[in-house]
Amino acid sequence: MSAGTPRTSAAALRATVRDGSVTTGATVEEALQRAHDVKAGMDGLNIFVSLDESFLMDHARGAATQLADTEPGALLGVPVALKDNIASLHHPTTCGSRLLKGYVSPYEATVVTRLRAAGAVPFGKTNMDEFAMGSSTENSAYGPTRNPLAPDRAPGGSSGGSAAAVAAGIVPIALGSETGGSVRQPAAFCGVVGVKPTYGRVSRFGLVAFASSLDQVGVFGTTVDDAARGLRVIAGHDPLDATSVDAPVPDYSAVATRSIEGMVIGRPREYFPETLDTRVRARCAAALARLEAQGAVIRDVSLPHTSLAIPVYYIIAPAEASSNLARFDGVRFGVRLEGDGLRGMYEATRTRGFGAEVLRRILLGTYVLSAGYYDAYYRKAQQVRSLIADDFTKVFSSGVDVLFTPTTPTPAFALGAISDPYEMYMSDIFTVTANLAGVPAMSLPIGRIDGLPIGGQFIAPHFEEERMFAAAFALERALGAEAHR
Amino acid sequence: MAVTLQDVQHIAGLARIGLSPAHAATLVAELNTILGHMEVLARVDTEGVQPSTGVGAGGLQSRSDSSGAVPLARSLDAFAPALRDGLLLVPRLSTHESTEDA
Repeated sequence: MSAGTPRTSAAALRATVRDGSVTTGATVEEALQRAHDVKAGMDGLNIFVSLDESFLMDHARGAATQLADTEPGALLGVPVALKDNIASLHHPTTCGSRLLKGYVSPYEATVVTRLRAAGAVPFGKTNMDEFAMGSSTENSAYGPTRNPLAPDRAPGGSSGGSAAAVAAGIVPIALGSETGGSVRQPAAFCGVVGVKPTYGRVSRFGLVAFASSLDQVGVFGTTVDDAARGLRVIAGHDPLDATSVDAPVPDYSAVATRSIEGMVIGRPREYFPETLDTRVRARCAAALARLEAQGAVIRDVSLPHTSLAIPVYYIIAPAEASSNLARFDGVRFGVRLEGDGLRGMYEATRTRGFGAEVLRRILLGTYVLSAGYYDAYYRKAQQVRSLIADDFTKVFSSGVDVLFTPTTPTPAFALGAISDPYEMYMSDIFTVTANLAGVPAMSLPIGRIDGLPIGGQFIAPHFEEERMFAAAFALERALGAEAHR
Repeated sequence: MAVTLQDVQHIAGLARIGLSPAHAATLVAELNTILGHMEVLARVDTEGVQPSTGVGAGGLQSRSDSSGAVPLARSLDAFAPALRDGLLLVPRLSTHESTEDA
């Protein structure tokens, strides 16, 4: 099996463990073998920053024993990789940073607790841009992750390790986190499915905070069904996260065969600019034609404030980050570097502990919040964010069920190809809007350009993930093998 | 609204980050380039528009005023850089030079 080829699905894995033909230990062993085969370590694709094989095998054997007499969980025996900013008890949680080297959390994230309760095996921690700041997984203290489909290319970011773990066929499901597209963009670059749920749908308890008004845990899957099953397990109200919403969690897999006859799919003109790569445009047009052939109604719509999303995002997210990352000062956890007195210790720890992009964003955020600039930058960005959110409200209240767009303007770029920070920020141009508005969105493969995957994106109204999944299942079915060639 | 070297040094101090002169100069250029792209926002009419402070559909919910929601699997000494008698140790403030109680 080559990288990117769909392997055993989560549903099939669970079925084999449930009927006793395979043990959880065997599924974990197979995933570890696959990690070896594709050279997932630091000298190869550099997908994992920690992967404790002996612990995993012991844990998997124990899980099989414990679950023998209980109702089989929804992800029984399924190994699930975790982004390195999601707290787990038995692997370090370093956020891809020197500053948290070796830090093992004293508690675990609610999403990890839920995965374990469903019978899944938390399978190692994946590489990421430091503190989730980046779009290529090049800003990691552990070095860049390589795209399994083209190792000279970036896997996208910031959840590049999780996307690569799924694309390489090591695990059928992985968790990432989204602040501006950090699940959908790497999903598109690696040819897998990536879902950002509605803000409030999934608990962030135990997710290391980057920008709290935007952060959300997301799910990668080899297929739409894998992602649907993963999301169902981790979604739901959690009193430990004050932004978590107490809303029913549907069975997203149940819409796999739902007809999209009559579904109104909006095509926002701002996501198909004149400058868009003609090959990306052609892939999107082909996908829309498949949807139309199944009875969907394609309607041209407008989200007029889209072009302002990147400036708004890169004011709000760094502002929140400058506050959230103030806690990393060498006092309570992580690495401490000595300096002259208390202030010297703070400065030495933070200056040498953080990488260049994190320092840049902390300073940018501190600047836009500082006296004299707050109204011009931060308050203004918050107001324009309202306009961007209103765009979505208006288009969805006009009868549009979901929107369809390209996930990224281009396929995966070469490692090291983008050195200008703002040019890198622009790779999130089609994804940040959903984070700013808090609406759910997902990317799925819709074809390739010169062997590199292209992602198509569905965006739905708040808490209407089911609608988005129905459209994605229909498109995945219609495209078949075409989605991967 | 160009960022000056003095601005960068000021915000670095606020953020507890120490910058070499060369790094500070690089950041002046980088921040000016990034903020230059933000100037487009100044031209947007936001008269009467309420600023978004978040997008949570349920708003923020209060939890009960009680402690100990999550039992910790490890104690402070498993991850704190410096600890004595259960208290976090930090270097002495420069305004308190005596080391008598250290």
